[in-house]
Amino acid sequence: MALEFDHVTKTFALPTGQELTAVSDINFKVEKGEFVAVVGPSGCGKSTILSMTAGLYQPTSGIVRVSGEVVTKPNPHVGFMLQKDLLLPWRTIIKNVEFGLESRGVSKNERRDRAMAELERCHLKGFENHYPYQLSGGMRQRAALARTLAIDPDIILLDEPFSALDAQTKLLIQDSFAETIKEAGITTLLITHDLAESVIMSDRVLVLSERPGTVQREIEIGLPNREHPLARRQMKEIHDYANEIFTLLKLDRRAA
Amino acid sequence: MSQATTQKLVALTILALVLLVWQFLPPALGVPKFIIPTVTDMIGELGRMYRREDLIANTLSTAWYTLLGFAIGSALGAAIGYLLGLSEFWERVLSPYILALQIAPKVAFAPLFIMWFGYNATPKLLVTVLIVFFPVLVNVLAAMKTVDRDMVNLARAYSMTRWQIFKKVEFPSTLPNLMAGLRIASTLAVIGVTVGELVGGNTGLGFLISYGGGQANAAMVFNAIVLLTVIGILLYSVLVCAEERLLHYLPKKEH
Repeated sequence: MALEFDHVTKTFALPTGQELTAVSDINFKVEKGEFVAVVGPSGCGKSTILSMTAGLYQPTSGIVRVSGEVVTKPNPHVGFMLQKDLLLPWRTIIKNVEFGLESRGVSKNERRDRAMAELERCHLKGFENHYPYQLSGGMRQRAALARTLAIDPDIILLDEPFSALDAQTKLLIQDSFAETIKEAGITTLLITHDLAESVIMSDRVLVLSERPGTVQREIEIGLPNREHPLARRQMKEIHDYANEIFTLLKLDRRAA
Repeated sequence: MSQATTQKLVALTILALVLLVWQFLPPALGVPKFIIPTVTDMIGELGRMYRREDLIANTLSTAWYTLLGFAIGSALGAAIGYLLGLSEFWERVLSPYILALQIAPKVAFAPLFIMWFGYNATPKLLVTVLIVFFPVLVNVLAAMKTVDRDMVNLARAYSMTRWQIFKKVEFPSTLPNLMAGLRIASTLAVIGVTVGELVGGNTGLGFLISYGGGQANAAMVFNAIVLLTVIGILLYSVLVCAEERLLHYLPKKEH
C-alpha cells in the first residue's frame, strides 16, 4: 500500500476562536504505481489532504500512512508539486533539481549525476545551466517535476500543477508528465479542478464532497493509455466519466 | 544617432550650460565671491585647500568613516533584521520601539554623543551607524515577512533544518530587498559622517565646511560639498555594481 487515509479528520482553529473542519472521515487507499486524481468543489480540503500526506501537519483524528508508515513529520519519501513551480530563481535549473537532495547526505557528484538523469528524463537536457526566468512556463513545470523525481519518492503529490499553463501547453505537459510518471512507475496523487484532466490522466478518481470534505465516490477509469492523455482525450468514454463527476459535484445546481 | 548617445549629449550640454551660468552670471549681477564663488574661484580654492588645509587627509578621513559606519551599521541592521524576521514574537514586541527610533531624527543625537564620548571619531561613527542601521533593518524585516511560504514548505518537506531553510531559501529570497536597503543606507552614511564632523570635529570634510563657513570662505564650503557628494556617489556605484552581479538571475526590465 503506497498511501492510506484511515478515518482522517482535520479541524483548524480559526483566529476568531471558531473551528473549521476542512476534511471529515476521509478513507481511501492508493496502490503502488497507481495514479489517483482527487476532484472536488472549491474549499473542500483537497490541499489539506496533500499537506497531511506530505507531513506538513497532522490529522486531528485518524491516521495517514505512506508505504505502511504513519506520517508524523515531513516525510522524505513524499515529493510534492504545486501550481507554482517553486523553482529558486537564483539557482540554475540543475541546481534547482539538486535542491531536494541537499538535505539527505548525497555527495556532490552523485547529486549532479542524479539531477542530470532526471533532466534528461524530463526532456530538459541542454537547459541545465539556464536560470528559471529563461524558461517557458511548461519547461519550468517539467524542471519542477525533475526536482520532485530526483529525491526518488515513493509517492508524488501534484496540486494543480497544470492550471497556470495556457491551454495548448497544458495538453503537451500533461502528456509529458504522464509518460514520465508511468515510466518511473511512481505512485501519484493528482489534485485538480479540471474534470477532464482527472479522467484522462488517472486510474481512479476520488470525488470529494463540499466542506467538510469527505470521499463521496470512487470512480475506476477503465481505459487504456494512461501514459498518453492526448490519446485518451479522443475516446468518447471520457465524456461519460466527466459527466458522471459533473453530476456528483452538482455543478449544474451551483450555476443556477 | 542612437537614443543613448543623444541622451548623453543633452546631459553634458546641460552640465556645460550650468557651469557657464555659474561662472558668469553672479559677477554680472554683482554678487560677491563670499556669497557665490565662480567655478574658477572654486578650482583655485581647491588648490589652496590641497596645499594649506590637508585636503587629501580630510577627504580620506571622511571617506573612511563613511565606509566604516556604513559597514558596521548595515551589518548590524541586517543581522537584527534577520533575527527579528525569524522570531515573530520578538518582532511584535520590539516593533513599536523600532518605529519610534526610526522616526527620531538620528542626526540630533550628535551633540549627545559628543557629550558622552568627547571630540574624537566615536561620535561621528555612532551617528553614521545609527542612520545607516534602520533602512537596512526595515528592508530586511519586511522581506523576511514576505518570503514565499510555499517555498519554505517545500524546503520543510525536503526535511531541511531551520538553518538550511534560512541559508537556502529565506536569505537568497530577501537579497533584492537587502541590496535596496544598502543602497538607501549608502546615501545616508555620508550625511551621518558630515553631521558628526560639523557638530564637533577637527578632521574631515564636514569640519572643513564649518571652518570655511566661519571664515566666510564659500568656495571652500562648495568644494567640500562636491567632494562629499563624490564619496557618496562612489559608494552608491559600488553597491549598484555589486547588486547587478548578485541579482543577475532577475529578468532585466525592458524599456
